[in-house]
Amino acid sequence: MTKVFERPKALCDVELHYCPGCTHGIIHRLVAEVIDELGIEGQTVGVASVGCSVFSYNYFACDMEQAAHGRAPAVATGIKRALPERVVFTYQGDGDLAAIGTAETVHAASRGENITVIFVNNAIYGMTGGQMAPTTLEGQITQTTPYGRDVKKQGHPVRVCELLSQTGGAAYLARTAVDTVPNIKKTKAAIKKAFEYQLAGKGFSLVEVLSTCPTNWGLSPQEALQWLRDNMMPFYPLGVYKDIEEGKGNEK
Amino acid sequence: MAKVTFMEDKCKGCELCTTVCPKKIVVMAKDRLNKKGFHPAQVVEQNQCIGCAFCATMCPDAVIEVEK
Repeated sequence: MTKVFERPKALCDVELHYCPGCTHGIIHRLVAEVIDELGIEGQTVGVASVGCSVFSYNYFACDMEQAAHGRAPAVATGIKRALPERVVFTYQGDGDLAAIGTAETVHAASRGENITVIFVNNAIYGMTGGQMAPTTLEGQITQTTPYGRDVKKQGHPVRVCELLSQTGGAAYLARTAVDTVPNIKKTKAAIKKAFEYQLAGKGFSLVEVLSTCPTNWGLSPQEALQWLRDNMMPFYPLGVYKDIEEGKGNEK
Repeated sequence: MAKVTFMEDKCKGCELCTTVCPKKIVVMAKDRLNKKGFHPAQVVEQNQCIGCAFCATMCPDAVIEVEK
């Protein structure tokens, strides 16, 4: 008998601290599988964010650095410029990347920094207990929007892939989800492509992964996946937003 | 015949693996608790397993190994 599925070597053999059914674990595993498949564990440096994924430095077997809140793309820029032969990625949530880290993200993309960003969007602040995030949907109930997000008071949700597709330096931008087995496989393919673009020196790459937060959404893990399909996918359409190889997003 | 192994004490009982099995042979062990205090997932009727690894692909905690 041969093993057809096992824990990737780039994912340390420790228990993840995430809540039951949290899809962070799936995305961690996909990044680790891609590192294994590309054989780059020894030359990869990851940058952890602040949020639920703050402990990702304990989970990836490659070198890891911990950035201040939202500053992961800036820290990754420094590492990549000092050590250009390393593969540098950040792993950030929506509270980190799309709120306090918006400036770092937009400018890293504009400068075309040759780094890869894994952006986990679950439409809420998970670690701090379920407050409204920049990506919280209109009408969505959170701890700080108990009557639902009112766009007149709290503004509109931020669509990161669409925003960054306007930047000149971005090489690859894609939005995927991890709600079904086919979508998980597509997410892995997108993450692999993003790392390959970095290895080829093509510039900034970002994969936005629609994820769940069963605990703070107040749903079971299965219900949360359905909520993601029913509510997040219509507002955050899946797809490739920029790919310099395919010419997508470069239309004038 | 394929074989599915669960690292049972790491299972958090989220039940996502049970939703994707095409043969519906991944079920929760309601008769016992693991070290964490969850009902762990298990495979009944192992001989029906086709080794598609959908359960392992869906598992957020990488507790499942599949051999074929």
